[in-house]
Amino acid sequence: MGNAASIHTHEVHTHHDHAHDHGDHHAHHEHKQHFLTKYVFSQDHKIISRQFLITGIFWALAGGLMSVFFRLQLGFPSDTFPILEKFLGDWARGGKMDPEIYYGLVTIHGTVLVFFVLTGGLSGTFSNFLIPLQIGARDMASPFLNMLSYWFFAVAGVIMFCSLYINTGPASGGWTTYPPLSALKEASMGSGLGMDLWLISMALFIVSSLLGGLNYIVTILNMRTKGMSMKRLPLTIWAFLFTAVLGVLSFPVLLSAAVLLLFDRHAGTSFYISEVFIAGKALPNIGGSAILYQHLFWFLGHPEVYIIMLPAMGMASEILSTHSRKPIFGYFAMILSMIGITVLAFLVWAHHMFVTGMSPFLGGIFVLLTLLIAIPSAVKVFNWLTTIWRGNIRFTVPMCFGLGFVSLFISGGLTGLFLGNSALDIHLHDTYFVIAHFHIVMGISAFFGMFAGIYHWFPKMYGRFMNNTMGYIHFFITFIGSYVIFWPMHYEGIAGMPRRYYEYGAWESFKQFAELNQMISIAAIVVFFAQILFVFNYFVSIWKGKKLTDPNPWNANSLEWTAPIHPGHGNWDGEIPEVHRWAYDYKDDGNGNDFIPQHIPLRPGEDGH
Amino acid sequence: MSGFLILCLIGLIYVVLYQISRSSEMVATIQGEEVFDKKRNKILAWSMMVVWAALMIGFYYCHQYMMPKINLIPASDHGESYESMFLVTLIMTGIVFLITQFLLFWFAYKYRKSDTRKTHYFAHSNKLEMIWTIVPAVAMAVLVAVGLKSWFKMTDPAPQGAMQVEVVGKQFNWISRYPGKDGKLGSRNYKNISDQDNLLGLNWNDKDNKDDILIPNGEIHLVKGKPVEFIIGSRDVIHDVGLSHFRMKMDAVPGITSRIWFTPTITTREMQEKTKNPNFVYELSCDQMCGKGHYAMRAIIIVETQAEFDAWMAKQQPYYVQTHPEAAPAVPATTPAEAAKDTVKKLTMNNN
Repeated sequence: MGNAASIHTHEVHTHHDHAHDHGDHHAHHEHKQHFLTKYVFSQDHKIISRQFLITGIFWALAGGLMSVFFRLQLGFPSDTFPILEKFLGDWARGGKMDPEIYYGLVTIHGTVLVFFVLTGGLSGTFSNFLIPLQIGARDMASPFLNMLSYWFFAVAGVIMFCSLYINTGPASGGWTTYPPLSALKEASMGSGLGMDLWLISMALFIVSSLLGGLNYIVTILNMRTKGMSMKRLPLTIWAFLFTAVLGVLSFPVLLSAAVLLLFDRHAGTSFYISEVFIAGKALPNIGGSAILYQHLFWFLGHPEVYIIMLPAMGMASEILSTHSRKPIFGYFAMILSMIGITVLAFLVWAHHMFVTGMSPFLGGIFVLLTLLIAIPSAVKVFNWLTTIWRGNIRFTVPMCFGLGFVSLFISGGLTGLFLGNSALDIHLHDTYFVIAHFHIVMGISAFFGMFAGIYHWFPKMYGRFMNNTMGYIHFFITFIGSYVIFWPMHYEGIAGMPRRYYEYGAWESFKQFAELNQMISIAAIVVFFAQILFVFNYFVSIWKGKKLTDPNPWNANSLEWTAPIHPGHGNWDGEIPEVHRWAYDYKDDGNGNDFIPQHIPLRPGEDGH
Repeated sequence: MSGFLILCLIGLIYVVLYQISRSSEMVATIQGEEVFDKKRNKILAWSMMVVWAALMIGFYYCHQYMMPKINLIPASDHGESYESMFLVTLIMTGIVFLITQFLLFWFAYKYRKSDTRKTHYFAHSNKLEMIWTIVPAVAMAVLVAVGLKSWFKMTDPAPQGAMQVEVVGKQFNWISRYPGKDGKLGSRNYKNISDQDNLLGLNWNDKDNKDDILIPNGEIHLVKGKPVEFIIGSRDVIHDVGLSHFRMKMDAVPGITSRIWFTPTITTREMQEKTKNPNFVYELSCDQMCGKGHYAMRAIIIVETQAEFDAWMAKQQPYYVQTHPEAAPAVPATTPAEAAKDTVKKLTMNNN
């Protein structure tokens, strides 16, 4: 049924010679679309990206609400909250949550935010939306696979959501789900059916991610418009390319880890189980290695961090440049540093495992490789700083979030130098220092990249602006609030306070932080309500936002702004514009404008990059 | 009812915010977009500096508030090298942090939009790129070198004559075992485990087990100034021996034996005086998510003088005697030094 809507971009052809015919046909097809094919089973990359985004927003709210619930427990361990009973039912009888559901919430919060929001919702949304528009293509290489990618994602989400409502509760072994805890249903309630659903959901998510990733790579490499050489691509596209490469190479390893875990759970194999005595009996399994799972998990798990960060970095680069009215500084250095990050991302996974008892010599090698990754990250930070240096900064909402992104990336990135050094990790591992580090750097900072992207490209998505005032309120509360929540956690970590504890009252070493935990919980709730303001702004602005009058509201250079305000399926009405210059020509065009879009031909003697 | 009122109040706040936001759009139209934008841009540029100042003041107060709450005295030799390593890293990252955060907000403020200034078209400079590739590279080399030096010191094999204590995790408590008079930990097999009379699955055929002391609640006694090696295992899922005051940590993995060693340098009583907290106690926390009772998986470590330790040890009865009241305690005489060598071989759980 999708064929009528399809514009045949999935047929093999070189990227520009058919462009003209498609342009003629697409308007004609547009009218025939049924609601289902246009908005639900759509093959238009722009609709699919909005589906990814709205699904991501749903999961961000759900995951955020979970964090509010477990923060209530952490901040006010001796109080009861009737609202908990409303949401969690018997899991929180009398308004006091059970440890089982506490761990379930922590686990699902981590899983959905890492995978569904910051992978599906971030890379899924913006790779889909921006790749065809910024490289000058009518759609993805395979719009059909692209549609499947979303629907696998959606089904994965439905399964994860269902797992919240089963009798034994959702998976509760932490988002890393280390066996044997996750392999043995006797070990915890969440390791029953909830864990199976978790694994199935993740397997489907991986399928979605692979379908999407392959599509992004093929589209970027093959379908660029005339003149759009690789060295003229906006950094967003480079970032999406490396993100997809990372995903395609590492997600299959997680899939294999999940499949082996399913075998251990149901087929009596011993991949991860050895010499376990549980629930009063000794299991027959001997010879497996629980550490094997950790190697497989982190072989994805670490690149996953960059799958989350790279799109945020790419979008921040684009946004900082556009709103400072200056070219991005060190375009090639930015690409090289992304290549460095991509390669190193595969070589650092065991820094999550310094204290598993692995060979200290091997640990030493991973220390070296881990700290190496700080170099490309530092290069990027200095390049961003130089980009805004002597610019002409417009403090639009996306720009504020872009600046916030850099600030948080610095703060969170630097603490990585503590954790990456095994001599410090031996104490800081699995404490609140880790929580503070990764929430700031790949949680909040990636979210800031995503918010910057949403505020920046919302006008392209919906032909309307989001409300600025609400945007600024959202920015300031979130930015300050994030520091208030996560900064003090470093200190708790330095004191050795372990993560994933349901309460600390019985611990002589950690109970002095009760007051602080309360303050953090209150800040977390305030920040959560600021996110609701964002969601409110997002949905109201779709219908009520200020209308766009100029197709290029930010005076940006990249190609997406040459498309009509409401691009149809096929993106450009006529021919796809030809590209003549790089994406960052923010300079005097001779007519009083401070930018020269990519499709403007070179003036005599000008260098097109 | 109060829940409903709170909901209404929150809803009202959103409506008010929405109305304010809408009206600001209206004001913009009345004043003229350009004038309005210019004014707002100026306010926001200033607010960047305000935000920066707020962050710095916030960090300062946070530091002042937190430091008295943290026990900064490391209680082991490795803890001391951890602290010095931490300080080196803190100074290096701290400098970068202060400079980059300042530049970020300062540039944002300084280079706010102005009609008179032309932006500086500055797209690349190999020299600058080289500088900020090489400087971090050198800094990283220093951190790696210093870090690995302490790392290898911490993870070297335990010194000769180190006391050995086995620490085994189970859902949800710790079990500790001392080698007894012969200085040897006997072999064990997980298939022998019984919650009634053989918590660790000791092989009773192994004579080395007959004098082993087992402490079911995981309490550990250590001697000040005497190196101790923890032989770490788990009965069921992965746990982690977290020794926050000694700045050490090691996973307890079923099927695998892991080890750490350190030398306690401050007795519990001395630490109570130093921290002015009479309730101070060294705690062993589980630092790896292990299930429902993870947060309560606690054991106590008591660091004391050799004399106190000996007095405590003399009161302990071998686990074999406890579980086999009919058997007479028959302990073969071997020198502890000889025995320590054998222990290593015998510790795999499969050993029959």
